[in-house]
Amino acid sequence: MRLRAFRAAFPHTIPIFAGFWFLGMAYGIYMNVSGFSFVYPMVMSILIFGGSLEFVAVSMLTAPFAPLQTLIMTLMIQARHLFYGISMLDKFKGMGWKKYYLIFGMCDESFSINYTAKIPQNVDRGWFMFFVTLLNQFYWVSGSTLGGLLGSLIHFDTEGLDFVMTAMFVVIFLEQLMKEKKHYTALVGTAAALICRLCFGADSFMVPTMLCILALLTVFRKPIEKAGGFV
Amino acid sequence: MTDMTLTQQIITIAICILGTMATRFLPFLVFSGRRPTPKFVQYLGRALPSAIFGMLVVYCLKNVTVFAGSHGLPEMIAIAATVGLHLWKKQMLLSIAGGTVCYMLLVQLVF
Repeated sequence: MRLRAFRAAFPHTIPIFAGFWFLGMAYGIYMNVSGFSFVYPMVMSILIFGGSLEFVAVSMLTAPFAPLQTLIMTLMIQARHLFYGISMLDKFKGMGWKKYYLIFGMCDESFSINYTAKIPQNVDRGWFMFFVTLLNQFYWVSGSTLGGLLGSLIHFDTEGLDFVMTAMFVVIFLEQLMKEKKHYTALVGTAAALICRLCFGADSFMVPTMLCILALLTVFRKPIEKAGGFV
Repeated sequence: MTDMTLTQQIITIAICILGTMATRFLPFLVFSGRRPTPKFVQYLGRALPSAIFGMLVVYCLKNVTVFAGSHGLPEMIAIAATVGLHLWKKQMLLSIAGGTVCYMLLVQLVF
């Protein structure tokens, strides 16, 4: 049962392997050249497992000690996980002990795969999601640790490889669009993010975006529910 | 290198960990299995994912500037290639690989 779930899960994580090794190594190298031992990226990747925050944490660690500011930044960068949790309430039901790891390791990529993947009937859903999450974390931790160890020895001629993450989210978004009948909420999310990006800038548009999405979904609940077409 | 003491570093990293886990675990703690999940939250659970995936695509492209540099052209072309490939072959890995190779060629050779 476990082997079958692993075999089903692995192909879904191949793009993440490319993306996480690239980004993870970049992160490890960044920590290395900022003067930190490889233990830092390794421990942080195991215990935080959230790429964007880990990058920001480097600048927090090199700045003067400011715990409250660190907490506020963390909550703002990671707030989107609240949305993932709400979407996964049903899917994680009855997963036993695996549920706690699934929640712990719910980064953007693991959430997106676990939410959208068509899991074959004869494969255990819990183990499938468990292996997706575990493999993704393994890629991230090994990439960032390697980056931290090798540091500035590595020279990149891989400019543009990070686009693998963008391409993956584009494909997942497209799959979602093809599955659903009405695209109101897809439109809400995309438009809110675009408008907030223009108004608030690249570094601080996610919290306003999420508030906009919540407000729009609340105000237009009736027509959206009436149209239905959810997957 | 950092001016923090080791204790301060550990506290900073611990705050990052606790803050992250708070955002991941909170929905499951608030809406536990014992009470039925409120109808509005159930609705959000169904309505949010499409909005999230749209938002994540924009999030990936947040550092693209349309008015300077390469005007976001490599990103636009590579996304069009990714979408085209996916509509044509419907092979997830192929679409992602094709789009990425297209982007890498564009930023390394053209722009």
